[in-house]
Amino acid sequence: MSAETSTNAEPAVAVSRPPHPLTEFWYHFKQNKGALGGLVVIALIALIAIFAGIVAPHDPDIQYRDAILTPPVWQEGGSWSYILGTDDIGRDMLSRLMYGARLSMMIGLIVVTLSLAVGLGLGLVAGFFGGMADVLIMRAMDILLALPSLLLAVVVAAILGPGLVNAMLAVSVVVIPHYARLTRAAVLAEVNKDYVVASRVAGAGPLRLMLIVVLPNCVAPLIVQATLGFSTAILDAAALGFLGLGAQPPTPEWGTMLASSLQFLQRAPWVVTWPGIAILVTVLAFNLLGDGLRDALDPKLKR
Amino acid sequence: MLRFILTRVSLVIPTFLGITFLTFILIRLVPGDPIEVRTGERGIAPERLAELRHEMGLDRPLWHQFLDYVGNVLHGDFGLSLITHNSVLSEFLTLFPATLELALCAMLFATLVGLPAGILAAVKRGSLFDHGVMGASLTGYSMPIFWWGLLLILFFSVGLGWTPVSGRLDLVYYVEPDTGFMLIDTLKAGDYDAFRSALGHLVLPTIVLGTVPLAVVARMTRSAMLEVLGEDYIRTARAKGLADGRVIGMHALRNALIPVVTVIGLQVGTLLGGAILTETIFSWPGVGKWLIESINRRDYPALQGGVLLIATSVILVNLLVDVLYGVLNPRIRHAR
Repeated sequence: MSAETSTNAEPAVAVSRPPHPLTEFWYHFKQNKGALGGLVVIALIALIAIFAGIVAPHDPDIQYRDAILTPPVWQEGGSWSYILGTDDIGRDMLSRLMYGARLSMMIGLIVVTLSLAVGLGLGLVAGFFGGMADVLIMRAMDILLALPSLLLAVVVAAILGPGLVNAMLAVSVVVIPHYARLTRAAVLAEVNKDYVVASRVAGAGPLRLMLIVVLPNCVAPLIVQATLGFSTAILDAAALGFLGLGAQPPTPEWGTMLASSLQFLQRAPWVVTWPGIAILVTVLAFNLLGDGLRDALDPKLKR
Repeated sequence: MLRFILTRVSLVIPTFLGITFLTFILIRLVPGDPIEVRTGERGIAPERLAELRHEMGLDRPLWHQFLDYVGNVLHGDFGLSLITHNSVLSEFLTLFPATLELALCAMLFATLVGLPAGILAAVKRGSLFDHGVMGASLTGYSMPIFWWGLLLILFFSVGLGWTPVSGRLDLVYYVEPDTGFMLIDTLKAGDYDAFRSALGHLVLPTIVLGTVPLAVVARMTRSAMLEVLGEDYIRTARAKGLADGRVIGMHALRNALIPVVTVIGLQVGTLLGGAILTETIFSWPGVGKWLIESINRRDYPALQGGVLLIATSVILVNLLVDVLYGVLNPRIRHAR
């Protein structure tokens, strides 16, 4: 990390050795204050998620019968033991939100991993082999893309049955085409370049060509898409939870929390406000980070 | 030109067939027999069950059912709802205008606000206004719209009492449905109070549904304008002494609009998907709410037909945008 301080001066100054790619990336990335902010927020949420068991003041499922619908601490009747208030059956909002962060991060991670793995595989095969495989795979992707994503997720979740795992599967299926398309486009751009031809001539097999020669040069757009994929996953899973097709109560998933306390909207707005803010902040942070990564990784946009 | 259009149209056919297959297969994977679900706890005599299954064609082999389905769909027959026994197509068509009215208003809202905001942000690049627009649009893009809707209801309907909470029209009014568009129907009936009521009911759902497209349009307009403003012909226009308004309005905007129009067209899918959430929150009697209800009632044919019909409308709109784009821009038409 000490290297970046030396590049603070005009980058145009002739340096004898080109900077390490990571140094260069960090130089461009840290100029984007929004992206840095997003990174910090995500790190914070991730820490809360990991240590929810330690930092949460209460158990998320314990019902404090004598503290039902307690308002947040700064409102009249609020108490310091329930900083953000309690819900309709007396569970501490803050603790539930913290455990909810764990769920949302997990949802993002699993959905992105699953869809990235499948989409990457399909895109590699389509771009690399072309012909019939390409046509079949990309047509199938087009069909998935023709359906509005939330509609498809709703249908898949309805078919698999409501539940957190099924909601994650549904959202994963919906976003696969994005990764497949990106990978295919990147592969097509690389596959006829000299270094690939050279490895082919040198006798590299198709697997080696795909995974070791070509793939590393295609990762930049995939990293960006994966980051933005976190926000889509969290948003869509929350929407499914809200519609009753995702995580089921009493799971402290943010969308589910929102849906299950709807009837208290007027009497106790905080039961609806907090989960929404949690979703918004998390999604916004990932979008900011994704935008920053895109700017830093895309050489065409570098000033 | 004709060749271009025909190519585009022919590309749509396999997609349409694929969607038909997908909806057919997906719905068959639902756990639970539709008839047993309907009879519920009471149970049903086995003979009657077999009879009903035969009546609905559920006892035939899967491939046979699929071929039947495709044949029927091509004849405009999307089956009967298991619950209401009405034709799925006619149910869809009764509800679709409500969804379309809402979607059009949302698109109009997104364009009318997003376009000027994006243009101004590009022209005043780096200013406070620019940062404000970009920040707001990123927030809008990240917004869980079901929550956003609740907040607006809480603030404007419950708190200030400015707008109604749900539905399309106050119960005191009745307007004979004609076009299905409440704004047009009330005007045609000459009932201006009802028109005002319909308008009031539209405001919040429009804002909620239009939020994400608004964010996308504003961002896209800004970046398209920035790109165009750096072109040589803009410098030429400025150099020959044209006023700023003319350079931006006539020279820059017209060229920046092409990608923006595409993006607006592509938002149709988002709008119809978002309609599921918006209509559920506001009890808006459109196809989105109907679909969710069909899921809860395990109404296979309704769900299947509804998804297929929505997907078809999305495909058709995208095709239209694609063709229009080619007509407007010769470079696209001759690309391949």
